[in-house]
Amino acid sequence: MKILVCISNVPDTTAKINFKDNDTQFDTQGVPFVINPNDEFGLTRAMWFKEQNGATVDVATVGDASVEATLRKALAIGADEAYRIDTPALDGYQVAAELSALVKENGYDLVIAGRESIDYNGGMVPGMMAGILGYSFIHKCIELNIDQQTATAVREIDGGKESLTAQLPLVIGGQKGLVEEKDLKIPNMRGIMMARQKPLKVLPGIGAQPLTQDIHFAKPEARSQTTMISKDNLDELIEKLHTEAKVI
Amino acid sequence: MSVLIFAEQEQGVFRKQSLEAASYASAWAQAQGTTAEAVVFGNTKSDSLAEYGISKCYMINDGPSERFEAHSYAWAIAQIAVESGAKLVVLGASANAQSIAPLLSVHLKAAFVSGVVSMTESSTPMTFKRTVFTNKGFSQTEVTSEVAIISLSANAYGLHPNPVHCDTIEKNRAELQDQAKTTPGAVDKAQGKISIADAEIVVSAGRGLKGPENWGMIEELAQVLGAATACSKPVSDLGWRPHSEHVGQTGKPVASNLYIAIGISGAIQHLAGVSASKTKVVINTDPEAPFFKAADYGIVGDAFEVIPQLIEKIKAFKSQNA
Ligand SMILES: Cc1cc2nc3c(=O)[nH]c(=O)nc-3n(C[C@H](O)[C@H](O)[C@H](O)COP(=O)(O)OP(=O)(O)OC[C@H]3O[C@@H](n4cnc5c(N)ncnc54)[C@H](O)[C@@H]3O)c2cc1C
Ligand SMILES: Nc1ncnc2c1ncn2[C@@H]1O[C@H](COP(=O)(O)O)[C@@H](O)[C@H]1O
Repeated sequence: MKILVCISNVPDTTAKINFKDNDTQFDTQGVPFVINPNDEFGLTRAMWFKEQNGATVDVATVGDASVEATLRKALAIGADEAYRIDTPALDGYQVAAELSALVKENGYDLVIAGRESIDYNGGMVPGMMAGILGYSFIHKCIELNIDQQTATAVREIDGGKESLTAQLPLVIGGQKGLVEEKDLKIPNMRGIMMARQKPLKVLPGIGAQPLTQDIHFAKPEARSQTTMISKDNLDELIEKLHTEAKVI
Repeated sequence: MSVLIFAEQEQGVFRKQSLEAASYASAWAQAQGTTAEAVVFGNTKSDSLAEYGISKCYMINDGPSERFEAHSYAWAIAQIAVESGAKLVVLGASANAQSIAPLLSVHLKAAFVSGVVSMTESSTPMTFKRTVFTNKGFSQTEVTSEVAIISLSANAYGLHPNPVHCDTIEKNRAELQDQAKTTPGAVDKAQGKISIADAEIVVSAGRGLKGPENWGMIEELAQVLGAATACSKPVSDLGWRPHSEHVGQTGKPVASNLYIAIGISGAIQHLAGVSASKTKVVINTDPEAPFFKAADYGIVGDAFEVIPQLIEKIKAFKSQNA
């Protein structure tokens, strides 16, 4: 089985977000970048497929040279080969089209992407890839097992979960549940050393065009003051929630 | 030209997020001098859609369509979008809507803008305000395709009644089944509980609760308020509560009208994911807990003392105001 894990390079969850150039660009200065949390779960799940079923696992990112540190980390965790598609990520559609071209070229049976990247919160790349490639699609996938050509999976639905089966080739939008937090693989020294020898291939991309453009960014408005209420005066809280906030 | 919504129903009742989509679509249609229409799977009375301005309902009504399947639903909506000349397709933020929208985008070669929080400010080109960086920012996103697909962030646009007459068009989609790529199996869903995605009020608790055996009062508070229950990430990682309740930047987003945080410190990842909620109440023993800075109302106190009292007082309030 050939697996591709799509890795989004995103600001660390604790990062402060600022914009520059008259609020038309995200200011990456001083921002530490990490593997998108949803993709970490998918990458570890892929490693288990490698250990148990002898799958090969490649990783790919669409972006400029600054994403290579994140790809190296994925190699250190155990991926076999990394691809960087050398074009800025402009929107979900363009990224999905670029990644789909790589999938066609290399013939992956299983594409693991994340439910959503925590930077632009698109939640669209895996579904668009499934659409472009005509692959089966399972979004918000929280369990995945594969026997020959058949995937048995569980997806999250609102207020519960649903089991389902699908034939490969398959794209999933993965998240926590694929593996648990405590099972996440982190790079060790040996992995880091080995990653240096592994191929990180830079591809030119197919020149896919985006369908959207971020033209202006803004930060949330400063919020109003906190009203402190004594624990001995819960009636006041109820009164305020009813008459002031009008939420109960 | 039209604007089309994906109207999702559960046991014959349209979900609130679909009625928000209807409200949004009908306001957009009015501004553009066109009509707001809906695609419905399964047989449901269109009355409540008409109430929010939907004047045409395509009912896809055969056996297999009762059961959600991403590829076949997206295919069917795409057919209808082409037939009705839709310029805009509006969806909610449900798990199913999130599965369909990107597939639909490929079918229609239409941009998909997710997490939209307000009415479009420009229609040529179409521009939408959406959340980015998990509520740490907003983007004005311009669409360069002819057709756009958007998903609305829950509770952001709200419900705006606009009663009209609704025509129903029955669609037989025999080919629907051929489009399916997955086979849905068993569903495991708590009955009679409100999901975080649908909730107007969310009661959430953290590690301050000490252990899973103490969640009875959280459930009870949620029940008297008609709220969904949620928790912080460590609580789900410890197995005290199911993962489906984990909210925050790496869990579910919460955009409720009221969010009550009990024994949650207010780490940046937690705050980012819940900050779209309109009113936040924080109950914590530690007056220095960072969550207080993000709260609208704060109570310094022990949850084990405050929550049982709060339950009694809300019960009394509800019975007075019933
Ligand atoms: C990559 C990454 C992603 C993350 N994503 C998320 C996320 O999506 N969601 C999330 O929630 N966290 C997330 N976290 C974890 C986050 O950093 C915090 O560790 C977590 O939110 C803390 O949970 P807590 O507030 O329940 O626990 P604690 O921080 O331990 O806080 C417990 C609070 O309870 C209070 N308390 C104690 N006893 C009582 C009592 N009797 N009554 C009332 N209050 C009491 C304490 O004063 C304290 O403030 C993430 C972390 C990382 C590194
Ligand atoms: N630039 C990118 N390169 C590679 N994969 C990406 C990129 N952007 C998004 N993805 C993948 O698509 C998933 C969903 O991203 P998004 O649709 O942007 O929210 C991520 O979790 C990644 O798996």
